[in-house]
Amino acid sequence: MLSRVASSIYWMSRYLERADNVARFIDVNARLVLDMGWERDKAQWEPLVRTTGDEDNFKKRYKTFDEKNVVRFLTFDEKNPNSILACVQHARENARTVREIISSEMWESINALYHLVEKHSRKRKLDDLQEFFTLVHNANHHFAGLIENTMSHNEAWHFARMGRLLERADKTARMLDVKYFLLLPDGEFVDSPHDTVEWGAVLKSVTGFEMYRKQFHRAQYRNVSQFLILDPQFSRAIRFCIETTARSLEIVTSELGIKVKASEEMQKLQMSLDTADVDTILNNGLHEFIDMFQFNLNVVDNALYQAFFALDKKQATAKIIAHNEV
Amino acid sequence: MDFHGYETDQFYDELIAADGKPRAEARLLIEHINAMSSNELRHRQKAAERALHQQGITFSVYGNKKGTEKIFPFDILPRIITAKEWAVLEKGMKQRIKALNLFINDIYNDQKILDDNVIPRDLVLSSDCYLKECQGLTPPKGIWIHITGTDLVRDDSGEFYVLEDNLRCPSGISYVLQNRSILKRTLPKAFQAMGALPVSDYGDHLYETLRHLAPDGIKNPNVIVLTPGIYNSAYYEHSFLAQQMGVPLAQGSDLIIINDHVMLRTTRGFEQVDVIYRRIDDEFLDPEVFNKDSLLGVPGIMECYRKGNVALANAPGTGIADDKAVYAYVPQIIKYYLGEEPIIKNVPTFICDDKKDRDHVLANLESLVVKAVNLSGGYGMLIGPVSTAEEREEFAKKIQENPRDYIAQPTLALSRTPTIIGDSIEGRHVDFRPYILFGKSIFVLPGGLTRVALTKGSLIVNSSQGGGSKDTWVLGGEPKSIMHESENKGEPANA
Repeated sequence: MLSRVASSIYWMSRYLERADNVARFIDVNARLVLDMGWERDKAQWEPLVRTTGDEDNFKKRYKTFDEKNVVRFLTFDEKNPNSILACVQHARENARTVREIISSEMWESINALYHLVEKHSRKRKLDDLQEFFTLVHNANHHFAGLIENTMSHNEAWHFARMGRLLERADKTARMLDVKYFLLLPDGEFVDSPHDTVEWGAVLKSVTGFEMYRKQFHRAQYRNVSQFLILDPQFSRAIRFCIETTARSLEIVTSELGIKVKASEEMQKLQMSLDTADVDTILNNGLHEFIDMFQFNLNVVDNALYQAFFALDKKQATAKIIAHNEV
Repeated sequence: MDFHGYETDQFYDELIAADGKPRAEARLLIEHINAMSSNELRHRQKAAERALHQQGITFSVYGNKKGTEKIFPFDILPRIITAKEWAVLEKGMKQRIKALNLFINDIYNDQKILDDNVIPRDLVLSSDCYLKECQGLTPPKGIWIHITGTDLVRDDSGEFYVLEDNLRCPSGISYVLQNRSILKRTLPKAFQAMGALPVSDYGDHLYETLRHLAPDGIKNPNVIVLTPGIYNSAYYEHSFLAQQMGVPLAQGSDLIIINDHVMLRTTRGFEQVDVIYRRIDDEFLDPEVFNKDSLLGVPGIMECYRKGNVALANAPGTGIADDKAVYAYVPQIIKYYLGEEPIIKNVPTFICDDKKDRDHVLANLESLVVKAVNLSGGYGMLIGPVSTAEEREEFAKKIQENPRDYIAQPTLALSRTPTIIGDSIEGRHVDFRPYILFGKSIFVLPGGLTRVALTKGSLIVNSSQGGGSKDTWVLGGEPKSIMHESENKGEPANA
């Protein structure tokens, strides 16, 4: 398929997943505020902006990291390239350039999501976004069903899956990081009732509480980390995301009959999770582990770009496909 | 909301005869509409608009930040063309396309028609649309104009005329197909009873037309659609056509020339392209040959084309027969190449380059429509009867300075058709654009785009200037009896 098209599908999928996860971020923090009984003005909202890496952008236009500003920034601020509104716009623009590749149902679903978010963005008040977030999540689930059932599981489908799962792995990692930052300064809280409530909120925000309970019963720091980083079966766990991405990459390269460096980088990343052990991770520091993981994720993303999306491939190195092979 | 009190106001009306009674072919449709309550009709109109919005069938409105996407206004009352009328139009368009194709080939090769003084040599060779780069070229299978969207209008006598030929990159076909798919859901019973001919197989016909152009010896040609990109106002259509044919939609940056072959940059490597349905204008196609600043095209593509390694549809250079001054000679062109009388008439045209015509035009500006020979879309026009003295003065000056750039035609009393306007049904002026494909044979799609000027009294149907569209039902025969929509809601259309 066209390099540009592969890239657009990958990013369409990434941006949709990102929008969904930003909604989850805000949601988990809002739940924490309620569950912990914090005074609203003392609640911590700054870490949310910090973990999306958009602090500088935020400070340019807002004075304080209060709930109102942070929520505005993350949901409907068009000047924040990672706000829900901006993500959905990017997803739609990408979908528009590949409209003939994806199914009409998929396009209409993204289009409907865009109109939904755009409509909400024009409201002045930002209280009570719970229902809005639910609509965004449902739209994403709907889209996931459409891509599964209305599109052939072809090369384009695999690029969409890689985009979605790499983004998800990244965001699950960031979510753990936020929680870690909020919690750990106060070491005595570990495994206290408060702690259980907080980790429960994290699990709920990834709709993983029920699946978690079947394995570990009680919400607790170590086990939640084990579950969200290393579980091979839960679809928002980092390991599941990476293994599934690796499978898609393998299918794409074998169908195209090519070898790419991205496969090696992918294997390295997979290996680092296969050999990891949750106690070692926690002893060395969760934050440090996540930092390293995200660095490696960027390496993989860049390798995918070089292998499939870059338009300035050197003529000499790229293969010219004879006509009868097409 | 119904047809009681509907006035034709002395215009030729597509559905209602001069005596106020429905035309025979429209009777069933009108009874059907009259049987619906105003609410129901309004509800159906709204549902159709919602479907267009949902499907994102929108065009961009420039310079308007919020709500920049608008749907192309759609009116659910269809326009009807009878089987008898259609038989004549179909024959007439085939005749015209055949003659124009011979004309273009002649101009870029032997120029016999110029030697025989049927058209003034200077008039043809001085056209901005004459591409000297195409001199000596014969495109694959000798076909230049593969896809055409001819603009037809009807005057107050009910006779059809060709207004413009649109031989370059005519757009609008996607609206024809989408309007039909929406109207089949909006008025399923009426549609079924009327027996309109299908248009949904356009994609198959287009694909066959393009495949036919592939260089000899290639069994499984690689066909693509080439678009300027998502910011082009017709992008939706480019993507729609690629989807209808199941072929890649490429932008200039997706293509590269290797050893005089056009290659597509893919995830696997470079793939050879054999046929390109390009929706980029001639001048932007190849910066090495035409407009040097074009970022939309593919440097070197003309050389591949000249060597016969890739086919382009439509062929570069077809604009020569689209020049509005050349248009005036189409009746002679048909006679010269085919020895036949034109089946569909031309609108009488005054060529300002000709002294006698020019004097007539300058003396009668307030009753004529003046057009720039190389512009379309309603741009560069003066509509005499609604113009100001100032505008007429400005055009008189332009005509005297560059007479070759202008033609003039009488202002036609365009036919009208019933249209839903707010809470009533009123007559509005329309034109009609059928689509013609030239491959192994010439195919005229039985249907087309009916554009409607929604502003009362307006003659300008362009979407950028307050125009909308309608579905066009070309009837296969006599309409059958009808069952009312409201009697059996929710049953799907059978067509």
